[in-house]
Amino acid sequence: MTVALGAPLEQILALLCAWIAIGAVGLVRPASLKIAGRTLFPLGAVCGAAIAVVAAIHLAQPPERMILPIGLPALPMHLRLDALSATFLVLLGAASAGISLFGAGYFRVGQGTAPGLLCFEYHLFLASMGFVLLADDAYAFMVAWETMAVSSYFLVTSQHRIGEIRRAGYLYLLIAHLGALAILLCFGVLQGGSWRFTFDAMRAAHLSGGWAAAAFLLALAGFGAKAGLVPLHVWLPEAHPAAPSPVSALMSGVMLKIAIYGMLRVAFDLLHGLPGWWGLVPVALGLFSALYGIVFAAAQTDMKRLLAYSSIENVGILFTGLGLAMVFRGAAMPTVAALALVAVLYHALNHAFMKSLLFLGTGSVLHSTGERNLGRLGGLIHRMPWVAWLTLVGVLAIAGLPPLNGFVSEWLLLQAFLHAHEVPYPFVDMLLPLGAGMVALVGALAGYVMVKFYGVVFLGQPREPSLARAHDAGRTERAGLAWLALGCVALGLLPATIVPALGTVASSLGVGSLPAGGGPWWMLAPLGPQSISYAPPVFAGTVIAGVLLTMLVVRLTYRRPVRRAPPWTCGAGPLTGRTQDTAEGFGQPIRHFFTPWFAMRRSLPTPFDAAPRYSVEIGDRIWRALYEPLAGWVDRGAAICAVFQRGRISTYLLYALATLCLLLALVL
Amino acid sequence: MGQMPFVMQLLDTLAALLLLLSFAMLAQRRIATLVELFALQGGVLCAATLLLAWRTGDDNLVLSAALTLGVKVLALPWLLRRMIRRLDVYWDTDPLLHIPGTMLVGVLIVVFSFGLAQPISALASTATRSAIGIAVAVILLAFLTMITRRKAMSQVIGFLSMENGLFFGAMSATYGMPMIVELGVALDVLVAMLVLGVFFFQIREQFDSLDLERLESHQGGR
Repeated sequence: MTVALGAPLEQILALLCAWIAIGAVGLVRPASLKIAGRTLFPLGAVCGAAIAVVAAIHLAQPPERMILPIGLPALPMHLRLDALSATFLVLLGAASAGISLFGAGYFRVGQGTAPGLLCFEYHLFLASMGFVLLADDAYAFMVAWETMAVSSYFLVTSQHRIGEIRRAGYLYLLIAHLGALAILLCFGVLQGGSWRFTFDAMRAAHLSGGWAAAAFLLALAGFGAKAGLVPLHVWLPEAHPAAPSPVSALMSGVMLKIAIYGMLRVAFDLLHGLPGWWGLVPVALGLFSALYGIVFAAAQTDMKRLLAYSSIENVGILFTGLGLAMVFRGAAMPTVAALALVAVLYHALNHAFMKSLLFLGTGSVLHSTGERNLGRLGGLIHRMPWVAWLTLVGVLAIAGLPPLNGFVSEWLLLQAFLHAHEVPYPFVDMLLPLGAGMVALVGALAGYVMVKFYGVVFLGQPREPSLARAHDAGRTERAGLAWLALGCVALGLLPATIVPALGTVASSLGVGSLPAGGGPWWMLAPLGPQSISYAPPVFAGTVIAGVLLTMLVVRLTYRRPVRRAPPWTCGAGPLTGRTQDTAEGFGQPIRHFFTPWFAMRRSLPTPFDAAPRYSVEIGDRIWRALYEPLAGWVDRGAAICAVFQRGRISTYLLYALATLCLLLALVL
Repeated sequence: MGQMPFVMQLLDTLAALLLLLSFAMLAQRRIATLVELFALQGGVLCAATLLLAWRTGDDNLVLSAALTLGVKVLALPWLLRRMIRRLDVYWDTDPLLHIPGTMLVGVLIVVFSFGLAQPISALASTATRSAIGIAVAVILLAFLTMITRRKAMSQVIGFLSMENGLFFGAMSATYGMPMIVELGVALDVLVAMLVLGVFFFQIREQFDSLDLERLESHQGGR
């Protein structure tokens, strides 16, 4: 097969070009929803699935290279397909297949960007992410990276007539460019005086300790900005609600992982000579981001903002694992380092599926009810059973419950953390295991947040009469959701086959390798058969058997007729949509425990108010403490510059003349 | 300096004439006259180029002389005159700095330019090296013309005159730029002129005047 179709790299390149071509076809008749929705998006989904298959086959093979003679003269684009990029191509292809399928039924003709144009931006976004993964020199990487940023900016602002959305898009673009600047500088340091910007030259470069640290911190800032690491996270809760749901799914599920890929590429492939304890920086930032994200998620009342904060939490977990792998690598503990790295890769895959699934679920809810506010939803499981049950899979997965996939990666990460006391650095060996407790706390809070999300949206009674008109998702949308839910289940049940495959990434990067021969297909024992193990199919089987057995026993033993009666209401009349827990109410304990974290503005009614109103506004302290002063400084700097900006052509010419004379006098 | 050949003396005279014309442009307030001065400057430049071509036997210089004649003596002044007629701008308003003051600044600039040109002249191996100072002075005086004028029209003429100075500088330092560059520059100047012409009409349409002060009151919200 490979002989007839060329090398895997060529096949993937052809598929990426097919994505661009599909997008370009959308431009032919931009107003036609039929062409874009019914034909092009499903085709894009097929391309995505094909990319995932090709990349998965290639996973264990040696790296493959190619030089594309396009771009600037004497500056061709170097491409490379290795195990790391193949893993993320699987992620990109598989997750985007589900999202594209959903998008086929989702986009409507509306106020914003025309469907054909949206189709172009969407597929350009997909293709540019693919090219980021294939790039093997700084030039190709930056071109693809910026294409990704700009195309996603246009996708975020597709409802550009709304001022709030334009503002969110601007914030996103601003932080994306600051990040890109940091990445560019990072590559500038990484070339190490060779002035060649291929990744091969960077691999060969030897940096002194200070420069290596500078490169690492620049990469952390640049990729962290794109991934949403605190304190560069502020764009995420703004941009995700602003974007159409498939775009939010793509950005949160896939694009954040592309940033993780970049960080992995720099930290484990390009950068050498960095002491392992530098890994503590991403560990600390990651743990803080995780806790920060999940605490804020608990306090949100907008379902997409809630998911955006949950993405910050997951990015935090990913960075924690990444840092942990660096520490272990530096401490010459290759097996555990590989375990931590595999946990990162596994969690990236998991999060791509489950977060995409949840964002698409909110998209369906938004379409059928027109509401994003949790306070106006409820009881949708009766109206939208498909969406509700498929979303439940994602909710259980992201809450980290076995036998679904979220549990596997958190379990792997905790396993890695449990070896942290063996690290041969003083204090670190004592402090690092505390991180395991933090991860557990975050996991528990994630469960709490997901109960809130699912319970308020789908369970209970409708909070608005208009919700009675809600309708279930269309057929293609269901297919997209089902694909992603299936991914969550498969990743949850088959870790024993997936973990060794991801282990090849760790060994190909020279981090270390997991012991071979872990056991049967249903038993995950990453550190060898004697050590700790987890058997998800057995677990799932036990749960299902237990439930079925209980049902059977009840059915057989309980013989009295069922009596239906209204529940006791303390004499207050029938229960309505207002007599149930709200999103604010459910999040209140967290707001109470973590009060100093929030910038809260609350107005409480007094007992004598004729029309009592309660309102609470949750602000981000980091926004006030960091971004507002920063904006103030920029404003003040601009005011100083404005003295020179008189708006008179004569004055400007005078500046030019003075500069010219000065330079001439200096040169001669 | 010893005895200079007659041709070189003639060339120096032409260079001096060029500088004199720059000063005349600096002092002139009538835009129509400014155009004629500019055309005259182009003519002097053309003559100097021809003289140098005859002296060095360089065919390329003949071509650039022809280019100068075509573009700077005939085409551009014709375009400018037509524009003045159409836009009805014969006079500039009072310059930002009164004329005697401008002339004094101009004198200072000439002194500065000769000071600047001294080391270059010492390095240059061409026969015309004494003219480099004058070329620099012409450029900077044209700049000064642009700074002190209020009408967009006179600023454009100043800009074109600056190009004359650059051309003369290149000629005296290295016997002219490569032909391809000269062609490109000539084309650029023509295109710029056409574009600016369009702008003039637009500006007048918007503000009923070519006076730049009207534009300045319309700068972005500050």
